[in-house]
Amino acid sequence: MNSEQFAAGSPILPIVVQELTKRFGEFTAVDHVSFQVKPGEVFGWLGPNGAGKTTTIRMLLGLVKPTSGGARILGFNSGTETKEVHARVGYMSQQFTLYNDLTAGQNIRFYGGVHGMSSAELRQRVPEILQMAGLEGRERALTSRLSGGWKQRLALGCAIVHHPKVVFLDEPTAGVDPISRRQFWELIYQMAKEGVTVLVTTHYMDEAELCQRVGFISQGRLVAIDSPSRLKQTQMRGQVLEIRTADPDRAMRTLKSAQQRGLVDLDDVALYGAQIHVVVPEAQKYRGLLEALLESEKVKVLAIEWIAPTLEDVFISSVKIPPAAR
Amino acid sequence: MNEFAIATRDLVKEFKTNREVITAVDHVSFQIEAGNTYGLIGPDGAGKSTTTRVILGLLSRTDGESRVLGFDSMRDMYQIRERVGYIAQQFSLPPNLTVMENMRFFADVHMVSPENQKQRIPELLSFAGLSDFTSRLAGKLSGGMKKKLALACSLVHEPQVVMLDEPTLGVDPVSRREFWSLLGNLRAEKGLTIFVCTPYMDEAERCTRVGLIYKGRMIVDDTPASIKTKIPGHLLEFSPSVFAPAIQLCTGMDGVLEVQTYGDKVHVFVDDVPSRRAQIESSLDAQGISHDTPREIEVRMEEAFISLIRREQESSLEETVLPQPPQSSGARR
Repeated sequence: MNSEQFAAGSPILPIVVQELTKRFGEFTAVDHVSFQVKPGEVFGWLGPNGAGKTTTIRMLLGLVKPTSGGARILGFNSGTETKEVHARVGYMSQQFTLYNDLTAGQNIRFYGGVHGMSSAELRQRVPEILQMAGLEGRERALTSRLSGGWKQRLALGCAIVHHPKVVFLDEPTAGVDPISRRQFWELIYQMAKEGVTVLVTTHYMDEAELCQRVGFISQGRLVAIDSPSRLKQTQMRGQVLEIRTADPDRAMRTLKSAQQRGLVDLDDVALYGAQIHVVVPEAQKYRGLLEALLESEKVKVLAIEWIAPTLEDVFISSVKIPPAAR
Repeated sequence: MNEFAIATRDLVKEFKTNREVITAVDHVSFQIEAGNTYGLIGPDGAGKSTTTRVILGLLSRTDGESRVLGFDSMRDMYQIRERVGYIAQQFSLPPNLTVMENMRFFADVHMVSPENQKQRIPELLSFAGLSDFTSRLAGKLSGGMKKKLALACSLVHEPQVVMLDEPTLGVDPVSRREFWSLLGNLRAEKGLTIFVCTPYMDEAERCTRVGLIYKGRMIVDDTPASIKTKIPGHLLEFSPSVFAPAIQLCTGMDGVLEVQTYGDKVHVFVDDVPSRRAQIESSLDAQGISHDTPREIEVRMEEAFISLIRREQESSLEETVLPQPPQSSGARR
């Protein structure tokens, strides 16, 4: 790795990844990935299952050795200075590794102890964590008795008990309801405002919208990296039309069959309740075309509107690969 | 209530423990017309799975009525099973059977004749995009493919209704979209009635009708479009430099109906956009809180969901604080 970029005077970036590559035999899990994350940034690391997300995080944490390239966390080499890295980062996985037979307070103290915190430090830190996680008054509650949202916030508390400067969250909100997820994201931004850098993976695209910047990884390669709003402007192949008709099921059949017969170039046709969303090469041109097509099949068209793509639309468009390959 | 694919009236399910009686489903009534895609949404533990299982006759009903295709959940379990496909939340396909063996297994369980199997199984495998994987062990399939196989298996006896309990939990967005695209095709081509429990708000938008269940009670039951218009006011979004003081400032301000957080952004429901925008901006400026210009954004199912649940929480709080008559309207402004 090029050490010049860490020359005296230049601020040390919390996460610097350069040409990071991991091969397992013939299979390239992570393929020359490079990116940087700024201090206090909330960065989303997104990709379909098997795209290389978790392998990347494991290499950043020094748990898996890269085949080539490398990563620096707060200036420390993940591969060779693993201890320094571990002392300064927090990690929370979707399994929330909490001890169910310990109380909330005991879990926090346990993780503090693992990180070598003294009892005096913990006496001050445990109430802080409980307060941050909204768990005041539940210090003595048995962890197994806490609901999903509480457990999740406790797991985050345990992951940050040692004041890490960088936090890795690997699908932290899987299976948690929307209200708890909002509370959790409030905590994430509270940490970020205090200067903590957060790298988060998620399958919820509405959460990805909450990140300041996101990277899309597909088949081991970084395919796009930018703010959600910029990605929507630059990465979407095609435009989205929303079609409202008197008979959406019939309209759907008509569009599908026209697509299959190659009459129209539709990238994606999907029912959204009473509406249909189609991805077309050019909205203006296709609006009239689709209306004529539907009317010719006696489907009454109520409206065809050009709508903004969601981040999920952009994501699907960016990472699309032949289904057989998956 | 015979003409509906699924219908319940005042459905109640109680679980009795040594110490207490827990009402998991509390007088829930809804009706689903054939050919609809109905989404039962709600937070964890709201009663979605219990409702589904009572309707299917897998759990006994405590009170009220529930029917599928006119058949009573308790009395006509067998008729229901013949006509309904079901994917349980923690479903598991035998991992040591191949894709094809799984299909045959489920077909045999449902007593599909060998002739029908010969025609039906290849059709379903092709529909689910699994034709090239017939000899792969189910345990070796990716998460998304497992879900598609489960769907294909649940359809092997040609049901008229499918009930899916959080079918895409833990699946990546690409596979999730593929799964929903299959459901869309089933609805459009076969007129299948689809009942789906989901915690994903964007999936709720894909349903023709949505029921929001909270603490066992149905809070709202309507189309996604009208649920969103039920939320009073307009939604403004902005990012303040300091979060907590900005929220405090907006909460309780004149014309502000509700404040929600969204990552590092604040969502404020207001009665009037131009005047309240100016009011919010000047208050923030007066406090020295820097911010971007609040912009009006569309209310999505997620904002509607959070708002409706909050209101429910507030009204149930009022009920416990003040001994009011049970038909408390829960009205706010």
